Amino acid sequence: MNASRTLATAARVLTQLRHDRRTIALLLLIPVVMITLLHFVFDASPQTFDSIGASLLGIFPLITMFLVTSIATLRERTSGTLERLLAMPLAKADLIAGYALAFGALAVVQSALATGFSLWLLDLDVVGSPWLLLLIALLDALLGTALGLFVSAFAASEFQAVQFMPAVIFPQLLLCGLFTPRDTMQPVLEAISNVLPMSYAVDGMNEVLRHTDITVTFIRDATIVATCALLVLTLGAATLRRRTA
Amino acid sequence: MMNYSPEHAPPPKGAAITAHDLTVVRGPRTVLRSLDFALPKGRITGLLGPSGCGKTTLMRAVVGTQAKVTGTLEVLGHPAGAAALRPRIGYVTQAPSIYSDLTVRQNLDYFASVLQPGRDHREARHDAVTRAIADVDLTSHESALAGTLSGGQRSRAFLAVALLGTPELLVLDEPTVGLDPVLRRDLWNLFHTLADRGATLLISSHVMDEAERCHRLLLMRGGEILAEDTPDALRSRTHSATVEEAFLHLVDDANSRQETPR
Repeated sequence: MNASRTLATAARVLTQLRHDRRTIALLLLIPVVMITLLHFVFDASPQTFDSIGASLLGIFPLITMFLVTSIATLRERTSGTLERLLAMPLAKADLIAGYALAFGALAVVQSALATGFSLWLLDLDVVGSPWLLLLIALLDALLGTALGLFVSAFAASEFQAVQFMPAVIFPQLLLCGLFTPRDTMQPVLEAISNVLPMSYAVDGMNEVLRHTDITVTFIRDATIVATCALLVLTLGAATLRRRTA
Repeated sequence: MMNYSPEHAPPPKGAAITAHDLTVVRGPRTVLRSLDFALPKGRITGLLGPSGCGKTTLMRAVVGTQAKVTGTLEVLGHPAGAAALRPRIGYVTQAPSIYSDLTVRQNLDYFASVLQPGRDHREARHDAVTRAIADVDLTSHESALAGTLSGGQRSRAFLAVALLGTPELLVLDEPTVGLDPVLRRDLWNLFHTLADRGATLLISSHVMDEAERCHRLLLMRGGEILAEDTPDALRSRTHSATVEEAFLHLVDDANSRQETPR
């Protein structure tokens, strides 16, 4: 692995995005619009908005980065640039870290915008530090990038890649505690939700929502999400093959 | 172009690529069958044959992107695919693999920083990119998005990527497809300049008139090597006027040998 190659890759991915203003606009604006919509949906019960809104701030980066990464790496595979790059002195870790860095940076901007907007304009009531919300959002974005990279290896086309979104993300969305607390679910589902990373992303957000200090649970949740992201990134690296049939 | 004499420089000693019993299986098919050949250094070897005969698979094996390669294949003194070879080989695939949402220069800048990373090499990279763009005659289009280029311009931009870092071996899979005659001539002149500077080139084509411009030819058919020689020797051996005729002659020979029961 080589830091210059990683940075060059991240810069290249961001330059590609810079040529695609519409995607950037959509990435940055949709979370803000959705959270505003949610604010008015729960017009009568601001407390519900607090808990769902905080969870959503963690879920947005996960979903958008999942989509962006799975399509971007799929394009890299189908256009032949991946094969070309892997025939060059580029470590797989350089490529993956480059992508993670670029999309992580984008996620920071996206989350900062959505979090700032929710806290100061929509009166999202969070007891803890907004920086901790951002931290969890960033880790979620990394997890989304990792998952997207991983599933792109199993998608032969953009159609399939997009279908992986409901397959990989929806079950986590249903079980993460967004709709109902996880400990009230049917015990089998609760057990499943215990091994899905998004559950910890939402738990972490809820910790920040309710506690002024960094709690042990928050540290545990953040560590689990980060570890999952690294694990899936490693699995993603294993799907990049220098030699193909 | 017919008056070009490929035999003007003595080849440097040694082989750039040696294959022994090289076999490649793709799915149920054996694409390359026990090939034996040696390609001299500093020369242009043309790889010719009908489509589907295994040219691309052979090139991918040399570059090290082909799976399920058996036998021995040595490239520049290393087993094919060795990490040490990656900076020393330039590879052009049939479909141009560049980022369509980057400009020509941005594409080359990125590939250059993979080949020669670090701030210290910034200037050297810039010069290498400028030279590569000039070599393929795209200077006027360097700020155009690759996606907006014509087919021929795209393949030239991709060729420029392979020229970065002055590789010792260039593997070019049909680099002149879809180009007009003037550009084709210019590119072949460039290939000869590169060979004169000491690079080894392996160029596939199914345009037989390009064969005349190679130092050596490797004629393939059905995953096997039909002949390996200089264009002159092939023509005189088969009493043909052109390489195309010689190739057809060799194919007919091979067919009749197959049809005759032993």
